[in-house]
Amino acid sequence: MAEPFAAAAPAFSKSEMMIVAAARELAGQRVCFVGVGLPNIAVNLAKRTVAPDLELVYEAGAFGARPARLPLSIGDPTIVTGATAVTSMFELFAFYLQGGLVDVGFLGAAQIDRFGNINTTVIGDYRRPKTRLPGSGGACEIAINARQIFVIMRQSARSFVERIDFRTSPGNLGGAEKAERIRREQGWLGRGPSVVVTDLGIWHFDETGEMRLDSLHPGASLDEVRATIGWEPRIAEPLAETPAPTAEELGLIRDELDPEGMYTK
Amino acid sequence: MAGKVATMADAIAGLVRDGDTVAIEGFTHLICFAAGHEIIRQRKRDLVLARMTPDLVYDQMVAAGVARKLVFSWLGNPGVGGLNAIRRVTEGEGASLELEEYSHFGMVARYTAGAANLPFFPLRSYFETDLPVVNPRIRELESPYGDGTVYVVPPLRPDVTIVHAQRADASGNAQAWGLLGCQKEAAFAADRVIVVVEELVDEAVVRADPNRTIIPGLVVDAVVVEPWGAHPSYVQGRYDRDNRFYRDWDPISRDPGRTEAWLREWVHDLGGRADYVEKLGAERIAALRPSGPAPSGSVDYGEYR
Repeated sequence: MAEPFAAAAPAFSKSEMMIVAAARELAGQRVCFVGVGLPNIAVNLAKRTVAPDLELVYEAGAFGARPARLPLSIGDPTIVTGATAVTSMFELFAFYLQGGLVDVGFLGAAQIDRFGNINTTVIGDYRRPKTRLPGSGGACEIAINARQIFVIMRQSARSFVERIDFRTSPGNLGGAEKAERIRREQGWLGRGPSVVVTDLGIWHFDETGEMRLDSLHPGASLDEVRATIGWEPRIAEPLAETPAPTAEELGLIRDELDPEGMYTK
Repeated sequence: MAGKVATMADAIAGLVRDGDTVAIEGFTHLICFAAGHEIIRQRKRDLVLARMTPDLVYDQMVAAGVARKLVFSWLGNPGVGGLNAIRRVTEGEGASLELEEYSHFGMVARYTAGAANLPFFPLRSYFETDLPVVNPRIRELESPYGDGTVYVVPPLRPDVTIVHAQRADASGNAQAWGLLGCQKEAAFAADRVIVVVEELVDEAVVRADPNRTIIPGLVVDAVVVEPWGAHPSYVQGRYDRDNRFYRDWDPISRDPGRTEAWLREWVHDLGGRADYVEKLGAERIAALRPSGPAPSGSVDYGEYR
């Protein structure tokens, strides 16, 4: 396990803290659109702890999935066996997502700005990119149609940037005022980004639509936060400390959800 | 059972032409690598390859030089990382492969419009994003009902759609279960359709469970029986995704020399899918079987005379 924090017992990694914090944010939610990787572990942890009634939706076309193992891909056969429903992708995107039935959509990002706008398309110029990234997938429509958006990603100066190179998925655009007007005019059912959980802390969005650090993870420092972000961040007063992962949460991650440590090392 | 049953070599030779728009669909599940490999073997050229998620099959086809353009919505090696052969021809000054990109729902909507003979399909995606900026085929339209504007995407009508399924009869009536992706929409949208199946069954098997038929023989031109034809992707109830292959492809595809050697060893030097399966070996194959059965309950359609 990389970088254990000495401050709290039991010891835990930054990734474990990030997964636990994201899972706790799901308390009380009903229908969640799941991505692979970290969101998948966070959602499955939430289902076993704070949100037992959570319905897992996978964009490949599974509703009410009960994965018996950690799916490596978004369309693993384990999300089908035992699910409530398997739908065509048209039904999944048109009726479930655009129809407004998804409470929380998880997104990852290569770049994110202060208003939660996301780039997963290219680094550099679109026609001659420095790095060609996967593109939207379902992210563009998830950002628009899911009632709220959770982002889970590690903080770094390369990814938390003043200007993203390409806007793949809209967040709070240039601020809350414009975002609310567009959502109203366009009849969007989503309210945009509500939380960004990183390896250092938990960010929510203030009344101007900008992200604000509300909670710092144990062992992380504000200097570290400032060094891994491309703008002068807003910090809540008072700033909370995220409660450390419990032995139960860590046990579920290590023994059940990611025994090989693929995502938590 | 003759009907439309053909060998993979004959189906590809007869139905896929240089310059065609080809869609090998199947979302993670039921990706027909066997057809992709035969297209490589027959050295087709200048294809426009359409697929929501190009996956390894199009990385291999692009590496082999069959494609001039990709139409897609998510470009990656799912669960592993990037598609390195495609990245080599889409990044920096060497970018030579044409890209036309949408979101997932945009691609599904395009096939749906193609299948339903519609001029476009509206969706709530794309506002305040850069996707319509780089892809002018995504257009904004005033709603004729006076409630604002909406983005629309054009129909996608492939020259050839190739889908993999668990089973079909000799007329091409195809049944699939598990994740269905947009195989049905892509098939109905296409001019020509090749259905590749794990198992050829009697028409009576299809008729005993008509709800499970996703594509009717009416729109199918050829039925190819190719067990393990979707490896390294999977077929629900038959074999699991070969995740090791997806991981192994990453270092192979990073190196143009290794990629070429792989294509020679696993595609050009083999006669077809049977050789490929034999080369994979019994042990590798056996490990991909489901860990146990999970049969559906049967339903009673009733007899009505």
